[in-house]
Amino acid sequence: MMRSENNIDLAVIRARLATQRGRQYWRSLDELARTPEFQRFVDNEFPAGPDWHDGVSRRRFLQLMGASLALAGLQACGERPREPIMPYVRQPEQIVPGKPLYFATAHTLDGYARGLLVESHEGRPTKIEGNPLHPASPGPRDAQHSGFPYAPADIFAQASLLTLYDPDRSQTVLHLGRISTWNAFQQAIRDEMKRLGQNGGAGVRILTETITSPTLAWQLTRLLERFPEARWHQYDPVNRDAARRAAIAAFGQDVAVRYAFDRAVVVLSLDSDFLTTGPAAMRYAHDFMNRRRVLEGTTSMNRLYVVEPTPTNTGAVADHRLPLTPDAIEHLAEALAAALTGDSSVVGLPAGVPQVWFEALLEDLRANQGQSIIVAGEHATERVQLLAHVMNELLGNVGRTIEYTQPIVASSIDQTDSLRDLAEAMRAGQVQLLIMLGGNPAYNAPADVGFAAAMERVPIRVHQSLYVDETSFNAHWHVPLSHELETWSDARAYDGTVTIMQPLIAPLYEGRSMHELLAVLLDQPDHSSYRIVREFWSQQLGGDESSFEAFWQRALHDGVVANSRVEVINVQLQKSPVELVAARSRRRDPNEIVLVFRPDPTIHDGRFANNGWLQELPKSITKLTWDNALLISPALAEQLGIQSEQIVEVTAHGRVQHVAVWITPGQCDKCITLHLGYGRTRAGNVGNNLGFNAYALRLAETPWHVPGATLRTTADRYELVRTQHHQSLEGRPIFRELTFAEFLTGVNSENTAHPHVPLSLYEPFDFPGSQWGMAIDLTACIGCQACVIACQSENNIPVVGKEQVAVGREMHWIRIDTYFEGQLDNPATHFQPVTCMHCENAPCEPVCPVGATQHSHDGLNEMVYNRCIGTRYCSNNCPYKVRRFNFLQYVDPTIETHRLMRNPNVSVRSRGVMEKCTYCVQRIRQVDIAARRENNRSIRDDEVITACQAVCPTQAIIFGNINDPDSRVAKYKRQPHDYTMLAELNTQPRTSYLARVRNPHPRLASGSTSSQERHG
Amino acid sequence: MASHHHAPEPPVIEPGHDLESVTHKLTAFPLIRRTPGRWFIGFMVVFILLLVFLYAVIVLTVLGVGIWGINIPVAWGFAIINFVWWIGIGHAGTLISAILLLFRQSWRTSINRFAEAMTLFAVACAALFPLLHLGRMHRFYYILPYPDTLGLWPQWRSPLVWDVFAVATYGLVSLLFWYVGLIPDLATLRDRARRPGAKRIYGFFALGWRNSARHWHRYQTLYLLLAGLATPLVVSVHTIVSLDFAVSIIPGWHTTIFPPYFVAGAIFSGFAMVLTLILPLRSIFGFHDVITDRHLNNMAKIMLATGLIVAYGYLMENFIAWYSGNTFEQYMSANRMTGPYAKLFWLLILCNVAIPQLLWFRRVRTTVWMLFLVALSVNYGMWLERYIIVVTSLHRDFLPSSWDMYSATRWDWMTYLGTIGLFLTLLFLFVRFLPSVSVFEVRELVEHQPYEEATPEVL
Repeated sequence: MMRSENNIDLAVIRARLATQRGRQYWRSLDELARTPEFQRFVDNEFPAGPDWHDGVSRRRFLQLMGASLALAGLQACGERPREPIMPYVRQPEQIVPGKPLYFATAHTLDGYARGLLVESHEGRPTKIEGNPLHPASPGPRDAQHSGFPYAPADIFAQASLLTLYDPDRSQTVLHLGRISTWNAFQQAIRDEMKRLGQNGGAGVRILTETITSPTLAWQLTRLLERFPEARWHQYDPVNRDAARRAAIAAFGQDVAVRYAFDRAVVVLSLDSDFLTTGPAAMRYAHDFMNRRRVLEGTTSMNRLYVVEPTPTNTGAVADHRLPLTPDAIEHLAEALAAALTGDSSVVGLPAGVPQVWFEALLEDLRANQGQSIIVAGEHATERVQLLAHVMNELLGNVGRTIEYTQPIVASSIDQTDSLRDLAEAMRAGQVQLLIMLGGNPAYNAPADVGFAAAMERVPIRVHQSLYVDETSFNAHWHVPLSHELETWSDARAYDGTVTIMQPLIAPLYEGRSMHELLAVLLDQPDHSSYRIVREFWSQQLGGDESSFEAFWQRALHDGVVANSRVEVINVQLQKSPVELVAARSRRRDPNEIVLVFRPDPTIHDGRFANNGWLQELPKSITKLTWDNALLISPALAEQLGIQSEQIVEVTAHGRVQHVAVWITPGQCDKCITLHLGYGRTRAGNVGNNLGFNAYALRLAETPWHVPGATLRTTADRYELVRTQHHQSLEGRPIFRELTFAEFLTGVNSENTAHPHVPLSLYEPFDFPGSQWGMAIDLTACIGCQACVIACQSENNIPVVGKEQVAVGREMHWIRIDTYFEGQLDNPATHFQPVTCMHCENAPCEPVCPVGATQHSHDGLNEMVYNRCIGTRYCSNNCPYKVRRFNFLQYVDPTIETHRLMRNPNVSVRSRGVMEKCTYCVQRIRQVDIAARRENNRSIRDDEVITACQAVCPTQAIIFGNINDPDSRVAKYKRQPHDYTMLAELNTQPRTSYLARVRNPHPRLASGSTSSQERHG
Repeated sequence: MASHHHAPEPPVIEPGHDLESVTHKLTAFPLIRRTPGRWFIGFMVVFILLLVFLYAVIVLTVLGVGIWGINIPVAWGFAIINFVWWIGIGHAGTLISAILLLFRQSWRTSINRFAEAMTLFAVACAALFPLLHLGRMHRFYYILPYPDTLGLWPQWRSPLVWDVFAVATYGLVSLLFWYVGLIPDLATLRDRARRPGAKRIYGFFALGWRNSARHWHRYQTLYLLLAGLATPLVVSVHTIVSLDFAVSIIPGWHTTIFPPYFVAGAIFSGFAMVLTLILPLRSIFGFHDVITDRHLNNMAKIMLATGLIVAYGYLMENFIAWYSGNTFEQYMSANRMTGPYAKLFWLLILCNVAIPQLLWFRRVRTTVWMLFLVALSVNYGMWLERYIIVVTSLHRDFLPSSWDMYSATRWDWMTYLGTIGLFLTLLFLFVRFLPSVSVFEVRELVEHQPYEEATPEVL
């Protein structure tokens, strides 16, 4: 029987209903069948593409997100996973409602794991912090054993919570775009595998991202054993191909590098943003700052030199930074390596590197043999990375500050080649079944690979992912991927340490893990992830049941598998250093413009595009939100007559893209930078059609730097929004810095002098008991913004959208102010975290007509939301402008999943109410109550940890009782370089800052910035 | 009274009027049977503006103050600017009615009724804004000291609380003053009205006024007392309003000169608004003989004087900013003059300082169109002044990281223009149904001239 388009397909409806696990509501058969009429009806009711430029509808998008849920029907809220999971610290005898539990698990990015400790309220994960036992997220040394362990987590790991609860996530199996079932999928794939298996699996191709999961690797190996003709390809847009090639060139084999920054006195970064990018960033930032933190009695401080084409957080932290083109960096590395080998035939220095700068660096490196690190970025050219290996060898750093290990990834291959091979095979019609586990190659493959087009030639394409994205749209089968907090798995950290990842919640939707999908291919359709992961590890360990159970419990509890760190290996340079250095590359034309690609600071390669927290998180340097832009230097902008926000036409290797420009101080003159991850069309309601697609210009051969790009200006403009419009200090002493030499000698006392005696007509208040205060170490702050996301998550802070940020209404309670100082071309960059200062003499308090903001007995400046009528006078009168106002109804109470996500201990604010940092009062009160119940004992130091403090990888934020002279915060406040911002206003803030200390080389120390060196 | 008429002083009203002619002239319009078409056309225009206001307010209550251009750091915008502007305008009425009465400035009687009505309507417009600007309008009563079960009171240290009392008192006293002043005229209207309905309504509001000597005696006492009560309000209300700013710590707001400078500015803008309204009124109703050149001249002189005080205020503000050595104050001053809002600042100087200097010339003071243009310029300038004070102080305060720009949305404009609609609607109703010039007081002015000559004949 022929069915017309409009007839209802009952089979489809039955299939759709079969996919639903929880309660669901449907209104008509039309709805279930997704007939075109119904689709039109839905489209009309909830327009798919909100008009971003309409003032109200842009904000509406977050509210619209709820619509998809209403249709899908949410299953039982906060359902616990069926298998036993292990809480961290101690197993309670019973669940106490209102008392959260903590579970150790991990988050992976580019394959590598970061350890997590997830807070769970009645089975709902609500907050993500780091696991102190995990090597990639080191907690503070002294807190490690204090009984109150806490550890950092990066922005991606923390924000993955929002992805978990994202109503835009894929919810059902799709076949040809129509709703199908997991059973139907299994049947289809098993049939296909049976057919293709007859030829040893020829024509079966599996494409994954970078994988470190031992279980997944084991499954893949078994699959390849079973189907020897099948192939496994890997591709991640942010991969380590160049690092791999450099290692092979240097040592004849791929190696992973581990740095011990806590043992390095001098560090040279060749285009490496090691403090905030990469799988070990938190560890490196932590270790690096342990050699840099300056307190009374500190006698040494490390020194950081950075050369990079585009400003990064690491560049901002540097004592000496130069913006150089990738070619100039290569040139500099060659000159340096040649000098270290004693080769006198050095070809001079690249333009932009002053002789004195070079000599100072060389002097520092030579004086600190075995105590220095030369770290090359994974995006740096292969040659630079090779030279870094050579120089570290020459400086005797290997074995001291640098260790080599076997690669951590499950299979070390050249991913670009792998993807090209796959595309080639697809074009040649050799691929019968393409299974893509995660990834989004239709969007993020290099433009010249032509992946999306080649894919069309494959008869059966399967894509498993969190969202129905660009690739899913071109696949026959789409299988929803379960979120990492919903499934069992495992993954390795940067050093190889394994975490067995446990689910915090049963899948909210129809998600399946990659393990389960691979099990289908292996003809084990009923194997759950739990079973697969357990099976792998019990096989791995051998031994009896009970010893395995002990291992399993320990591993889950700790969040790490003991002793799984990868052993150090000894590697030898293949050729002599002199030979390696001498093979000099040809210099490129210094005047050509180089297009630089980098993963986006907040949405990475685009996978977080639908994450509102990360979209709204300002990029550390530019402060842009919701978009990427072509970063160009002021000099180039001047030369070409371009303004910020102007659209330019970028041409690189014949490929053209229109991009809006942002003029960025500190950008290398001849480099233009475009961050990956934007311009997505099927990211979801939050992430669609934002920014500009960099992948359209990215080629397989030149993934990070495209020389010879040209720019043509157009008359068009594109609005870019920022959270900070003014990045000059205007000569105001709000950010203070001094050099280490000045610190030691006590010079530069205007930066270190303690402010005046507080003035008041009244008797001073007596503040007995615990008095809370904060100290922020500006030396240690690397501007990674983990604190901003932590605060957003902890305090239920809404996302407001691009339009609202454009009119200055972002809601972040803590912000990182980024200031530039010195010359435009290469300014010093400062990060200053600003929260509510909790002034003892708070200007906001007396002006509120209804007393909605009050001082507490323990020194907090409190907001009483219920009392607030929204006159906003408090915000006007706040000299720090830390108050945030709900100008509109920003929180959408109708998004069911977001309700699960919220911290139950923090009120959700409605329209018309002022809000601001509370010093995490809910955490204070929790400890307060516990202490009172234990015979009114006093609260121990480090017992109250604010959300921002917990996730800071460098412990730049210290919080505690300032009445206790032995508390860390009190010690910080006694430092000679402690100051309060705007002390002259007599606000008496409870938050104070330690002035930034820098350690410039004495010969370069003309002022503490690197700005003078540029033309020096 | 005749002794007060010095030779060079032109008469308060033109000669040739007797009691009957004055009464007839001033009550003619409220009592005519058919409303003229011109009035309807004008009323329609201003009523549409009022509807725009209502629409903007409905949208505001549904969506919240986020429809306006305010943000962090500029959390106050049009609402506060308009509030101060309207309150300032009201001041001329009180000054004319109360202070000039106490000083026995007889020329005030031709304009006081109108000025008082203007005060009342301006205060009505002004009082709406603090209410509308609240994030949670429905909780406005938290600001009042009512007996609440939680025992919570307003926060008495906040100038916003003072504001509530200052403005409420001002509104109440203005209403009483205006109404008490109307009673004898309402009785006149009652007596002269032909239609029974009008008779009854006017009669109700006339409170049984019978023109008895005892009535007049008590009336004069009450009126003087009210004038005495209202007099401090001329100074106090705008002082309190200025404290909304001066109490804060924001550069550009935290200034001790604010109270006198705001009061002078209020009177300045109030007289400008009286002139703006009375000049067309005078020509439409042909009140040239009641509102004479002498009135215009006197009002222009007051404007000139208060305008000079305001100019002194600007000068001192900037001088002190420089003299204090406070970098934030200095930056604020420089930013006003050269920053992104510099154009508005210089426009303000032009409107409020430069153009009013024309009033030194007698010809300008007595030439209607010139005076009208000067008054308009001052009205606009005083609005700009509040814009500059509110916006430029907030948009760049202490931390450069928080600096941002403010620009009004269409909802801001609709609300602002809408209150002008409300104001003019009330004025239209006022001139249609009540005598816009005080009939009995003008009668007092004509008393001597016709009587001296006419009495013998009659007797």
